[in-house]
Amino acid sequence: MRPDRAYQAALTGMALLLPALLLALLVELAVNAWPSIDRFGWSFVFTSTWDPVADVYGAGPLIFGTLASSFVALVLAVPLAFSVAIFLSEFAPRWLKRPLGFLVELLAAVPSVVYGLWGIFVLIPFLQGAFGWLPFFQGAFYGNSMLAGGIILAVMVVPYIAAVSREVLNAVPTTQREAALALGATRWEAVWMAVLPYGRAGLVGAVMLGLGRALGETMAVTMVIGNRHDISFSLLQPGYTMAAAIANEFSEATTSLYLSALFEVGLVLFVITVLVNAAARLLVWRTAPGRAVGSRAL
Amino acid sequence: MSRGRARRRAVSAIMTGLVGLLSAVAVLPLVLIFSYLMFKGASSLNLAFFLDNPVPAGQTGGGVAHAIVGSGIIVGLAALIGLPVGIGAGIFLAEYGSGRLGWTVRFVADVLNGTPSIIIGIFAWTWIVRPQRHFSGLAGALALAVILVPLVARTTEEMVRLVPHSLREAALALGYPRWRTSLTIVVRTALAGIVTGGLVGVARVAGETAPLLFTALGNLNFSTHVNEPMQALPLQIYVYATGPFPEWHRLAWAASLVLILLVFGLALVARRVAANRYGAG
Amino acid sequence: MHLATEHLTASYHGRPAISNVSLGIRPKAITAVIGPSGCGKSTFLRCLNRMHELSEGGTVEGRVLLDGTDIYGAVDAVDVRRRVGMVFQRPTPFPTMSIHDNVAAGLRVNGVPRRRVSEIVERSLGQAALWDEVKDRLHGSATALSGGQQQRLCIARALATEPEVLLMDEPASALDPIATQRVEELMVTLKQDYTIVVVTHNLQQAARVSDYTGFFYLGDLVEFDDTARMFTNPSDSRTEAYITGRFG
Repeated sequence: MRPDRAYQAALTGMALLLPALLLALLVELAVNAWPSIDRFGWSFVFTSTWDPVADVYGAGPLIFGTLASSFVALVLAVPLAFSVAIFLSEFAPRWLKRPLGFLVELLAAVPSVVYGLWGIFVLIPFLQGAFGWLPFFQGAFYGNSMLAGGIILAVMVVPYIAAVSREVLNAVPTTQREAALALGATRWEAVWMAVLPYGRAGLVGAVMLGLGRALGETMAVTMVIGNRHDISFSLLQPGYTMAAAIANEFSEATTSLYLSALFEVGLVLFVITVLVNAAARLLVWRTAPGRAVGSRAL
Repeated sequence: MSRGRARRRAVSAIMTGLVGLLSAVAVLPLVLIFSYLMFKGASSLNLAFFLDNPVPAGQTGGGVAHAIVGSGIIVGLAALIGLPVGIGAGIFLAEYGSGRLGWTVRFVADVLNGTPSIIIGIFAWTWIVRPQRHFSGLAGALALAVILVPLVARTTEEMVRLVPHSLREAALALGYPRWRTSLTIVVRTALAGIVTGGLVGVARVAGETAPLLFTALGNLNFSTHVNEPMQALPLQIYVYATGPFPEWHRLAWAASLVLILLVFGLALVARRVAANRYGAG
Repeated sequence: MHLATEHLTASYHGRPAISNVSLGIRPKAITAVIGPSGCGKSTFLRCLNRMHELSEGGTVEGRVLLDGTDIYGAVDAVDVRRRVGMVFQRPTPFPTMSIHDNVAAGLRVNGVPRRRVSEIVERSLGQAALWDEVKDRLHGSATALSGGQQQRLCIARALATEPEVLLMDEPASALDPIATQRVEELMVTLKQDYTIVVVTHNLQQAARVSDYTGFFYLGDLVEFDDTARMFTNPSDSRTEAYITGRFG
């Protein structure tokens, strides 16, 4: 009995570190953000003035930029990711499944900074070349832009959405597919009519998981998005995200209020990603229950 | 009716093709990036690159030895601290995790896994760097460990859960105490999968930059002192890529190639181990 | 013969599950397919509507003639599956669709104009003896029905496309005795209009319901005869052994 108890206690202790860690994280963020929360209140979320000299901080552009770049990323990534998932689970010949699946997983393994490097030296010049001769896009196009940020995020997020979607589709019972086919449906019709609707909660969850990833991406984004505290509705203008701002300005923070403002940015980012990820998991578990979704390293 | 049928068949064929095409497009960036890395970086991979330290800014030549060694130390430390805790938590979740506590820990692990790594970075800064008043490789290692623990916990849990109940019951029926069943039978059986999960996690944190920005900070010189700022490969790439010198850019490409080969290599090994053990696809 | 097989062999990855099966299915009658588990009866059934080839490694040799035309010839498989309907062992209503839409699912796919859909849905539900029970909640969820009702829903769904032949793969094995009885009564009523082939492991059910019976053993068609004659005076000793319960 004694060794059983000790074993369980040891394991429990290690497991308890996780909630402890989360609590510590939350507390540190909140405590350090407090001076800024106290000073700026709700205007922090809604104003755009980010002035370190005057010690006045409004994170509107950061929040806008984070949401906008993620939105652009999803618009680009979801059709691609769903296509991969549908292709792999419904149409791909057996010999293609492993290699294609592996390639998609590798996309998730590329470090963020390498995506950023590629973004700076390949994507941006390409975009400049593509848009340079379109005369009526607003503003001069310097390359570093919300568009570049959105594209890079899309590429990074595709493997996550694809992997989870694939699991969701694989969890749809074969009999559903067969029932549709037995009615005289073509292969595509069977997918559209029976498989996709069955898995739709999980598919939405997969997209939200991708959103969660996109929201928190730091390095690749900060290398291509322009890092400017500005709200602009033109994709060709530079933008900024919460994560990028923290990365760039944390070590430059001269006053304690500046630092506190950055902590508040971190807190807002943290809360948003937690909510999105929690919702995502709940949705995915509707179709593929209990899977460790989004917790895979790759 | 036959006209409709032909149309339906056409639609099915078109959609199948479209889905296949978009899948190829989805994978295209990987191919592009990898070929660019090879194209731009392979030529710089000489012995000097791996063995030398950086030269003063603006000059040509030099290598990233300090970053490779630094990464090795930081990631190694992170693994040393994070893997045991993560695996332990994972075994807990699989063996004792069916109740309220298990549900909570599982939820927390997923939340932590979804947390942006930059947030983990500033957390490590408040807990280690600020009180110590200096940056260090150790702080970086701890930040990476914090990322590693929940990741490995979940993969370990999945792997241990795969062990069939009948195996546990057979051991218990033979008179094995519960702890021994868990450790020597269940965990032993799942070991390959656990190792895979660990490798994959380590590969992931090896590529992280953001958590190191305000902990390890980076260093232009070679250093193995964990209590001082230390360089890591991803950090070095970031500095070189965003710097003004073309020479730096060249080194960034080469270093990225090394990093990606490392990460891909680990991923391949992990997949091979998993496939051998479980014959899955 | 409405449906006939000639030297039909179906394999998985080259290994035959049924070999050289030649038999004829009489129109507007119920033909039962019986045999111990693993004898190939489900595989046989799935060859009749070209579902077997959808299985991993599934291949077919031989011919299956529907009204004289080989369905494995220059014929669209999708078309075959509309003309030969199937009901599966477990009820498989589409969970995201209402009762009405479930029955209409096959119609939508086959391009039946919308104005005709509702009347066909009502007719099919009537044929499946389900109309009275669901006519007031046609737009309710299909999964809210009981197991027996769901299976009758699947039968209605299969009937909606007006197939010539209805294949049933152990349609009542997942149902309770009362629901089973209703399905059996339904089959007897349906045979006035449809040709039915039913796979069953329930010998009493085969005896109750079918007009003709085929006995499969280890992939071979051992005996095929009038149900009455096979159950009272089987020609083959293996058939006799199975029917009298000497092996299962």
